[in-house]
Amino acid sequence: MADNNVKLQVKNLNFFYGNFHALKNINLDIAPRMVTAFIGPSGCGKSTLLRTFNRMYELYPGLRSEGEILLDGNNILGRDVDINLLRAKVGMVFQKPTPFPMSIYDNITFGVKLYEKLAKTEMDDRVEWALRKAALWDEVKDKLKQSGNSLSGGQQQRLCIARAVASRPEVLLLDEPTSALDPISTAHIEELIHELKEDYTIAIVTHNMQQAARVSDFTAYMYLGELVEFGETDNIFTAPKQKATEDYITGKFG
Amino acid sequence: MEKFSNNQQMQRQMLLDNIFRLSTRCFAFLVLALLVGILISLIIGAMPSLSRFGWSFLIDSDWDPVAQKFGALVPVFGTLATSVIALLIGVPVSFGIAVFLTELCPNVLKRPLGIAVELLAGIPSIIYGMWGLFVFAPLFADHIQPVLIDNLGDIPLIGLLFQGAPMGIGVFTAGLILAVMVIPFIASVMRDVFEVVPTMLKESAYGLGSTTWEVVRYVVLPYTKTGVVGGIMLGLGRALGETMAVTFVIGNSSRFAVGLFEPGQSISSALANEFAEATGEFHMASLIELGLILFFITFVVLACAKLLLLRLQKQEGKAS
Repeated sequence: MADNNVKLQVKNLNFFYGNFHALKNINLDIAPRMVTAFIGPSGCGKSTLLRTFNRMYELYPGLRSEGEILLDGNNILGRDVDINLLRAKVGMVFQKPTPFPMSIYDNITFGVKLYEKLAKTEMDDRVEWALRKAALWDEVKDKLKQSGNSLSGGQQQRLCIARAVASRPEVLLLDEPTSALDPISTAHIEELIHELKEDYTIAIVTHNMQQAARVSDFTAYMYLGELVEFGETDNIFTAPKQKATEDYITGKFG
Repeated sequence: MEKFSNNQQMQRQMLLDNIFRLSTRCFAFLVLALLVGILISLIIGAMPSLSRFGWSFLIDSDWDPVAQKFGALVPVFGTLATSVIALLIGVPVSFGIAVFLTELCPNVLKRPLGIAVELLAGIPSIIYGMWGLFVFAPLFADHIQPVLIDNLGDIPLIGLLFQGAPMGIGVFTAGLILAVMVIPFIASVMRDVFEVVPTMLKESAYGLGSTTWEVVRYVVLPYTKTGVVGGIMLGLGRALGETMAVTFVIGNSSRFAVGLFEPGQSISSALANEFAEATGEFHMASLIELGLILFFITFVVLACAKLLLLRLQKQEGKAS
């Protein structure tokens, strides 16, 4: 792959929880405006890998990474990187919906206000735009002043996606975004991922292999901290090169 | 259905259940009865003073046992001023302690610091009083008070609060000692409520590029507001009612003065000082009325806290 066809490039990445070697020499290219899925059994390091992309791990002592992750060619693991700016560029959505304890409107503007000064009308437009992107606008347009907690679980998760989208990040990290949702809400979110990839580079961690097959263009199978196989989703699911990948996706193991 | 075939046993169980229910109800009502009982006995005890001085008791600054003339302005002012000073200093410091302990503190320091805060809460108030009088007041008089008087004493209006002789004891010192006493309470409550904020919620805020301050200000504080206000109220309750430490350092003067460095009196220090030698019907009744006022102040403070929480809830948006 040519360099301008790579959004995130992971080079010789190692990760440690204290003495535990959680990621072993990961090399991986994530293509722009594509969905890349990370699958593998629990504890294989897929969430850990995702959390290195916005350096979320730095909130906790004893965690460290070695190697390089290049975002548009710039190493984001470097010491001189402004970590808050990085996180504004790399948005994240979590396993469970996490609306902030404020109104729906304020939930969306929270991230925007941190880095942009917008007039009231512009802000209103941005809120509507983000909520439309997250396919939530029609459901909440009459109750923007209500608490984010008043929404259903699926709506809350779409609110969180809208919140992440609102500050116009370049990369969107989804960490098992549907694991706490019912099948209908899950379908909503998956549809959403399809639409969002027109503008964003998306990395998604999922336990659900069918989901990975449905939503992603590329799939990475990880096991015990190693990247076992990485390639186009169609190839991985129909003709995996590694025996271990085949065993996992066919359900013989995992 | 085999289980319930034994009618006698079932009746016995129902009886026990009823006894249990009744006894818990009794305990709960005991609280109410005690509250009402204390209120009634305070009112009865204060009756002579209530009927003689009426409302002017609240705004009269005379406290003259010889002339049997009593007014509550000085002790009420002392109580409110010391408590406000205590909170003004104590709340920000406690907030800082709690944020540091939950968000920023390296793991090695977390336990020792947390335990230190809790130990501070366990020190008996008389020790704070002695420390305040013998250690803190002289230092304060020699080094801090002159600086404050020189720099703040000339400012119009606010300056009035910072005039007077640097004696070390007085309303301001009492407020400072109270601040030290309420900090462990407020800080440990705040720390406990900050700790229950879901990690993922904080991470989502960090994930949008917020700094630690922004996360604390816009996510942690709103999420924990009930607990935070509760912690502050706990501290305020202690500040309003604290007797021993305040009596040591407040100066115990019944003369009215606006200056914070002047000696003064709080309701509880007046009670502690004068109950033993109260002479005459009105002296005793006035002291009891002071107690009633303290009771009332505490009640108003609690009511205000509830109102504040209701308003905050409205701001956040309706729940349903």
